[in-house]
Amino acid sequence: MSSSTEHADALAELIAGRIPDARGRFGPFGGRYVPETLIPALDRLEEGVREHLRAPSFQQELAAELSSWVGRPTALTFAGRLSGRWGAKIWLKREDLAHTGAHKINNALGQALLARRLGARRIVAETGAGQHGVASAAACARLGLPCTVYMGAVDMERQAPNVGRMRLLGATVVPVTGGDATLRAAIDEALRDWVSDPLETYYLLGSAVGPHPYPYLVRELQAVIGREARAQIREKTGALPEAVIACVGGGSNSIGMFHAFVPDRDVEIIGVEAGGKGPALGDNAATISHGRPGVLHGTYSLLLQDADGQVQETQSVSAGLDYSGVGPEHAFLAHIGRVRYESAGDQEALDAVRTLCETEGILPALESAHALAGAKRWAERHPGGTVVVCLSGRGDKDMPTLQRTLLKGDQ
Amino acid sequence: MNAHESITAAIRAANARGEPALVAYLTAGFPSRERFLEDLRQVAEGADVVEIGVPFSDPMADGVTIQRSSRVALSQGVSLGWILGELERMTPRPRAPLLLMSYLNPLLAFGADRLAETARRAGVGGFIVPDLPFDEGEPMRAAFAARGLALVRMVTPVTQPERLRRICADSQGFVYAVTMTGTTGKHVAVPQEVTQYLDAVRALSPVPVCAGFGIRGREQLERLRGHVDGVVIGSALVETLERGADPAAWLRGLRNAER
Ligand SMILES: Cc1ncc(COP(=O)(O)O)c(C=O)c1O
Repeated sequence: MSSSTEHADALAELIAGRIPDARGRFGPFGGRYVPETLIPALDRLEEGVREHLRAPSFQQELAAELSSWVGRPTALTFAGRLSGRWGAKIWLKREDLAHTGAHKINNALGQALLARRLGARRIVAETGAGQHGVASAAACARLGLPCTVYMGAVDMERQAPNVGRMRLLGATVVPVTGGDATLRAAIDEALRDWVSDPLETYYLLGSAVGPHPYPYLVRELQAVIGREARAQIREKTGALPEAVIACVGGGSNSIGMFHAFVPDRDVEIIGVEAGGKGPALGDNAATISHGRPGVLHGTYSLLLQDADGQVQETQSVSAGLDYSGVGPEHAFLAHIGRVRYESAGDQEALDAVRTLCETEGILPALESAHALAGAKRWAERHPGGTVVVCLSGRGDKDMPTLQRTLLKGDQ
Repeated sequence: MNAHESITAAIRAANARGEPALVAYLTAGFPSRERFLEDLRQVAEGADVVEIGVPFSDPMADGVTIQRSSRVALSQGVSLGWILGELERMTPRPRAPLLLMSYLNPLLAFGADRLAETARRAGVGGFIVPDLPFDEGEPMRAAFAARGLALVRMVTPVTQPERLRRICADSQGFVYAVTMTGTTGKHVAVPQEVTQYLDAVRALSPVPVCAGFGIRGREQLERLRGHVDGVVIGSALVETLERGADPAAWLRGLRNAER
């Protein structure tokens, strides 16, 4: 069998809802590579997902909270002046307007509701940009659950506004100084916490990474982004877009955006990773472009690593994309060729922040700015085409970095 | 005798002397890369089985001591390939069987078959892989089995009975019974639940049962006596090496207290 037939078959399986399989595999990727201590907790979570996620009572509770507390559906905004500047019709899916300022709340709320049904006594979470930490803290406050957030010391400095927000929202923020002191080390530490109390602590993982069933669970909770966007663009333009674009850190906003469009074979799907300072190992966080298969944080996926299998430190102006791994479903979508992954560098992202501020009056998160940079390139190749960009979050949290970069020299 | 049988035999030999086997852990190349083989020789003098830790960038099952030893070893350029090369040139090899303890990714990067072959030549008897749970064993398990190398499986106090039975039946060399839910390096109190759990594992297991995680001193060893075939001493020994103390004497001290 040729590999293109294999890939077509794999895509058909995915569209039919048979991927991930019972063992949490997306083709060769995924699975569960965790200490035995966590297996009962993952089994219970998997059972909980099966029992609750599609149950009408859970879906009603989630839908009501998404509408009245998160503010969904989020708008789909036509970016007229930006379109004029870049030459294609650019639509923005406004996850920056969701409560707490990013798509992360869709997942945090959904998992917190699930955790409550599973009888969790406390929640632990990791955070990079701080958006998942803020979303978790908010969801836990709303549901009356104690919340501890692990955050790399480097990220606490560059995303300082979010640290204060988490604390105000009642979370305990624990600085992580080990390892690279960014998102990867924060996940290591959250896992260590969970291993110490696997049955009463719920680990609220913030991206489409980690052991099965997290990549699946996070996708299902984020898929609302693409479902809404697909209906909205058809309503507003009468057609599907030619392309959808999202940024890829661990891969949650992107998988949420992409999922509904995967069966639309004429829609080009593009994921944009952090190109950082350049292509050399250690200078970026472009896992799919530069990584090799391996195991990190419980899943077999692509990974930035050296020849000895040691995980590489990464580099990106954006804390939320600064991660050496990527969700296994993205590795799979790249493998079968359904999604194209490219990267945008720090400077391109910063330029996109400035452009969106100037043309549309929107300050995007540095993460989301990578997707905009991808849209700019797409527009050059497809003048007059229609593209939907996932604007995953707002940029207020990035002020310390923006002061040092775009605003350098200003008073 | 297969490599994995020699591990079981070393534990049974200690039991025949009336004592639990000492399985001693050190991180390769910590505190010093130059002293690795000498440290290993000394540790092996005081132990029945030696676990050599392969440092990894993300040791998620480990507490602060082994996180630190791993970081220092990595910063000195220690890798799986280097460790295997050192072991291969070591003469004479220690009498105590050697195991490698490694997270999965460095093993995957080396390649399962090449790893099994190189490890066999270097005199390694088997592997402990803390992030490789029972269901995800392949392709490592098959590659190891083809060369008689042990894949030592772990069970924990929260492992369900049916799974416990299957893991014990599959484990080679011994079964590693994690004493508690948590990372390495803490101090486990050994309450009655722990000894009951260890008794249950032992009743099921065709191979010896060694308890590990959080075992630091004599008092704990006394409480475990009669409930285990061996104990794994990790962080406490790493700290001993870090202090520059004689590891063989320190391990002998634990043993003498056992009588
Ligand atoms: C606004 C925003 N977008 C994107 C990301 C990247 O994460 P993911 O790839 O899981 O969407 C983050 C992560 O913190 C974020 O805060």
